[in-house]
Amino acid sequence: MAILLTKNSNIIIQGITGSEGSFHTQQMIDYRTNVVGGVTPGKGGQLWNDKIPVFNTVRDAVDKTGANATCIFVPPPFAADAILEAIDAGIELIVTITEGIPVRDMVTVKDALNHSKSRMVGPNCPGVITPGVGKMGIMPAAIHKPGNCGLISRSGTLTYEAVKQLVDNGFGQTTAIGIGGDAVNGSSFTDILKLYKNDPDTKAVVMIGEIGGSAEEEAADYIKTEFGKPVVGFIAGQTAPPGRRMGHAGAIIAGGKGTAPEKIKAMRGAGILVADSPADIGLMMKEVLK
Amino acid sequence: MKIHEHQAKEVLARFAVPVPRGQACFSVDEAVAFGKSLGGYPVVVKAQIHAGGRGKGGGVKLAKSEQELRGQASAILGMQLVTHQTGPAGKKVQRLLIEEGVDIKRELYAGILLDRAQSKDVFMVSTEGGMEIEKVAAETPEKIIKVTIDPATGFKPFHARRLAFALGLSGAALKSGIQMFTALYTAYRRTDASLVEINPLVVTGDGRVIALDAKLNFDDNAMFRQKDIARMRDLSEEDPAEVEASKSDLNYIKLDGNIGCMVNGAGLAMATMDIIKLHGGEPANFLDVGGTANAETVSAGFRIILSDKNVKAILVNVFGGIVRCDRVAEGVIQAAKEVKVSVPVVVRLEGNNADIAAKLLDESGLSLISAQGFSDAAKKVVAAIQ
Repeated sequence: MAILLTKNSNIIIQGITGSEGSFHTQQMIDYRTNVVGGVTPGKGGQLWNDKIPVFNTVRDAVDKTGANATCIFVPPPFAADAILEAIDAGIELIVTITEGIPVRDMVTVKDALNHSKSRMVGPNCPGVITPGVGKMGIMPAAIHKPGNCGLISRSGTLTYEAVKQLVDNGFGQTTAIGIGGDAVNGSSFTDILKLYKNDPDTKAVVMIGEIGGSAEEEAADYIKTEFGKPVVGFIAGQTAPPGRRMGHAGAIIAGGKGTAPEKIKAMRGAGILVADSPADIGLMMKEVLK
Repeated sequence: MKIHEHQAKEVLARFAVPVPRGQACFSVDEAVAFGKSLGGYPVVVKAQIHAGGRGKGGGVKLAKSEQELRGQASAILGMQLVTHQTGPAGKKVQRLLIEEGVDIKRELYAGILLDRAQSKDVFMVSTEGGMEIEKVAAETPEKIIKVTIDPATGFKPFHARRLAFALGLSGAALKSGIQMFTALYTAYRRTDASLVEINPLVVTGDGRVIALDAKLNFDDNAMFRQKDIARMRDLSEEDPAEVEASKSDLNYIKLDGNIGCMVNGAGLAMATMDIIKLHGGEPANFLDVGGTANAETVSAGFRIILSDKNVKAILVNVFGGIVRCDRVAEGVIQAAKEVKVSVPVVVRLEGNNADIAAKLLDESGLSLISAQGFSDAAKKVVAAIQ
């Protein structure tokens, strides 16, 4: 079992002919991901790398391939439009890799998502991987292993770090998910935790947050009252100065809110085992699942 | 992105938000001449720096005569203004805003920003103008009135009426307030602002509502479609090393410690700062060289880190992922040679071919120390400065 990305996912790539999209499509296919098509307006009818059909619109791709999932590599000025097109075509799972989408666009996208059946992961994220089944995104597949841990994170490389630590300690993943580093994103920690709760194979979850916003506190509330599975956590940015954006658009302590100590306190209050050191995430999982 | 108060008022005026008559002045003579042209005193002299708390720091004065105006303009222009937001060194005042004095009857507050938890804009007003809104929120939250704006319908007249009535505006001020709030929200939306803050928003003796102060921040991600706003960026208000880094597409933030860090990815970069601190060191900076580190970005990173004279050692922490670590190691070695790095550099590379990479580093003949694992890297770099 897995969440989001399963054996039944028929995946298209929006922006398949761009350099990023093209490179990562190949990586996904090398990992035996079920990529059924691509979308680049104006290039419909072509075959990408002589094998994957390219369509002008998402609707065409859905009609011809039965696609139910999309991975978006469209540049920031056009990304929101690409997401709205996917929502309009009834795509169930949208994974948006693009970094740098304006917040105003994302407010519109989020509202459209709220009134649709689509679920989005991202933007500004590494994507979703179900080890052994496939990946939608830019993460290095080779470091992952199938197993019983869930993993949700706002970061990219820090997620890979955590994956490596899990594997070094003997733990694989059901599905690992980067929800992205922006202020407005498609899925929150809580949204993903709800999916892990209903996945019998996921025995425990790693949750990696960072400064800014209150998504970790909200997730802690949910974990405390409803989740029912052990969670290991870490919050990046304990040494970050207030008022400065730490790389990610959403990683900022604003008006004294969104600090690491606040988040760690809420998480520990909910029974989450929070690592002081980012090097101890794997060891902590060992304590939880021994 | 931040801009100066006088620029914020120029932007707001374009959207028909009432602001006092005023102008940015770069010399005392210019300030005096413009002050005279306003046709009467008092005139307000305001230091223009990218930080709040200017009044308390002595950067805002009221001049009742030409002589006072000259004296205050000379005192403020060029001063090192220290506020709670500038740090102890303060910021040099390089321009003034000279404005007409306003007959203030009431001081209020208005602010617009994104509520992240709801992913919707929130328009806030308060009767407690002139105070820090964080303080009002903590002590008397009932004095803040908020409306949440539905993205599908946008800001509507009823929102503006609710805000205006909540502030107890009446008569001419009620009408003026409703117009003002609508104009403020339009300005916020159309300019891709991330924050509009009018503190204080004042009601004048004759019932006008005016933005006496104005703070506008913008979404950096939207600057590609806000060319007019992007041109207002004042690089002299920013840290020179940070400006230099942004030219190389690197994300650098200077801190006060002595261990430089270079990392790929923002989350891992923050975690690297955290683990240095956890092992008793102090990070000198945040530096994200982007998802894939190569010789070019790494040498730019070394140059920027070493421009900070406090740096006594550097930790390079790269999670290779798709790129092979031996390639990254070659890049690090090449960059360290080019930049002539003079302090110890601890390098931790993780991912494909990490073992070959470590061997390359150790055999490079440079002051590169390879580390195995995240904790080992932090320990080694802290040890290197002792």
